[in-house]
Amino acid sequence: MTITFLRRLGPPLLGGAVALSLTPAANATEELRIGFVAPTTGIFAQVGKDMVDGFQLYLDDVNSDFGGAKVKFIVEDEQGKPDTAVTRAKKLALQDKVHLLVGGLLASSGYALAPVSTAEKTVYVVPVSAADDLTQRDLAKYPYLVRTGWSSSQPSHPFGQWACDQGYKKIAAIGADYAFGYEVIGGFQRAFEACGGQIIQKIWPPIGTKDFGPYIPTIRQDADAIFTLMVGPMSLQFPKQLAASGNKKPVLGGGTSYDEFVLPSMGDEVIGHVSALQYSAALETPKNEAFVKKYRAKFGKVPSYYSETNYTSAQMIHEVIKNNKGNFPGAEEFVKQLAALKLDTIRGPVSIDDMRNPVQNIYIKKVEKKKMFGYDKEELWNTVIKTYPNVTQFGQFNKDEFLKTPVYSRDFPPCKFCN
Amino acid sequence: MKSQNIKVLSVVVALAALAIIVPNSNSFVILLTTRALALSILVMSVDVLLGYTGLPSLGQAAYLGVGAYVTAILATRYQFGLGYDFWIVALLGICFSAALAAVFGLLAIRATGVYFLMITLALGQCAWGLAYRWNSLTGGDNGINLRARPKFGIDLANEVTFFYLVFGFFAVSLLLMYTLVRSPFGRSLMGIRERELRMKILGYNTWLHKYLAFIIAGGFGGLAGVLWAHTAGIVSPENVVLTTSVDALLMAVLGGAGTLVGGVIGAMIVFGLREYLSTLVPWWQYVLGAVYVLTILYLPTGLMGIPQRIRQRRTLMGRRNEMKKIATVTS
Repeated sequence: MTITFLRRLGPPLLGGAVALSLTPAANATEELRIGFVAPTTGIFAQVGKDMVDGFQLYLDDVNSDFGGAKVKFIVEDEQGKPDTAVTRAKKLALQDKVHLLVGGLLASSGYALAPVSTAEKTVYVVPVSAADDLTQRDLAKYPYLVRTGWSSSQPSHPFGQWACDQGYKKIAAIGADYAFGYEVIGGFQRAFEACGGQIIQKIWPPIGTKDFGPYIPTIRQDADAIFTLMVGPMSLQFPKQLAASGNKKPVLGGGTSYDEFVLPSMGDEVIGHVSALQYSAALETPKNEAFVKKYRAKFGKVPSYYSETNYTSAQMIHEVIKNNKGNFPGAEEFVKQLAALKLDTIRGPVSIDDMRNPVQNIYIKKVEKKKMFGYDKEELWNTVIKTYPNVTQFGQFNKDEFLKTPVYSRDFPPCKFCN
Repeated sequence: MKSQNIKVLSVVVALAALAIIVPNSNSFVILLTTRALALSILVMSVDVLLGYTGLPSLGQAAYLGVGAYVTAILATRYQFGLGYDFWIVALLGICFSAALAAVFGLLAIRATGVYFLMITLALGQCAWGLAYRWNSLTGGDNGINLRARPKFGIDLANEVTFFYLVFGFFAVSLLLMYTLVRSPFGRSLMGIRERELRMKILGYNTWLHKYLAFIIAGGFGGLAGVLWAHTAGIVSPENVVLTTSVDALLMAVLGGAGTLVGGVIGAMIVFGLREYLSTLVPWWQYVLGAVYVLTILYLPTGLMGIPQRIRQRRTLMGRRNEMKKIATVTS
């Protein structure tokens, strides 16, 4: 009995010993360790792959050499779960002793990772996670956080104005029932109603809805247009069913509804749909054309904004390290220098505002079927039809007044014209 | 010495070893062990239901969620539970979870077997739905961030100190549950597991027994939640989701249902594979899958059944040898 129990005790002891021996030794300063947190398994694995590919592509471009510093790129799987993201970030900070944390897909992952960066005094660069409050009302809690992507409502503010300019008076909104959906639709509503429009309806199908049959007939017939915010497989299903229902109204959408991540899988029913984001793969600049071709040659698909934003984030990090001659200047100084950066990137000129969110172009994009960049097949592309230059996260609104209002939610802004 | 004493002694030695080795390893290992211990309390609470009462619950994450959300909401809204009042929060977490279990129990205990599984699943999903949709209270799918761990004389922000606190809670929980299952009450629970009808005929109020076990398990689930909230620093609907309940159930089965300690071993192995091995190799999921399959094929009684299997084999071999001897003598 005792022997068997000792045997049972053996493996944990052995495990402890192995764990001890695996602790990495402290490294020289010429190495820049970047910890990258993205979902590489689970339902978001494909998005995670786009994120990693984007970052990796930049590293390959510069041969992992950031102004003399050799980049050690460590990818950890967050599985799309906030507490896994925390564990992984802790592992990166404590065990790998990374200089920078990068990544996080969902808003919830961003909210989970930000406090880790504060606790471990490690820089957190946010390329994707778009939760508004990270760089708005909660900013003071996260001194080591810089966003290089976008905030959810940032493209929605000019987009609401654009909708007014098209002469739309009444719009019905239908969006995924979670924080990101509230923020995208909330931003659109604020801007659209500020210029005289009316949101007459808000429908919230749960995230992951596969059948929109019960929702589509309830869309009000007196709406001039429909605003949608879909994510993942919902993006594919909704336009299909909407077209099948004989819809003739114009369709507008949040950026992720028509991003290049879903666009190649979509049918012709989305032609003419309009969305807004800080990037389009159909952007006709030499930089973007070169990026699209390079990315497509390597990974066999058109880059999505997930790839672009990570490529650009890598570029921005490179820029700061280069300015410091290959040395990491310390977390506080790094954040300061990154926030002072003005860079010409693939998506256009990017600078960072005083609340550490990018100021960048917002593109109004229309889905068209055409040939681009010399590819010989007709494909769906997000053609840019209007550019709003240098948009901040507060858009056309006054920053102080904006920050006094609560963050966008299911009930804010209130739906005054719904009845 | 009786074999039961040896068992208890081995567990004590193993725990002491854990308490000595872990704080001296690297801080990521400390963090993982702390979380695994918190989770172990939940798994043991599942085991009280599954292994001792014969009730496979698929909704145990709900109680973890209640404990975690109570902690997070009190800490972020009212700054409560960040000093000595942490102990009150721990108590509140246990009480709220036990209260929820008391409500859920009224609905669930009437069913047995697969039906019990389905009802607890449904109730667990109700709790998840609340966490997910009650935005103003729970923060929806963004969850709630806890800014800091409690400080009372000792600073729990220190990982090692916090490890010892969780370890303490874990050891006390193990002791309490062990006492519970060996008490007359625990014996009658096992009676119910084996044959409920007979227990009824003997005059036991089996419904009440099961109901109480359900509430007690809920309370321990709540305690696990309180600790869990502080280990991760974030509480989100992801903690309350069905997979957490399934995980707890699988961990209990993997280690060996009806042994308490088995659940702990199961939790350590699964959690270790998922959180530690996955940082080393990308094919960790195959290992986890193989562990599950092999356990079910060869160890239906879980890892804790290994010694018994070995003993059985030995006696079998012994008998065979004797038979051979007899055969050679007679021929």
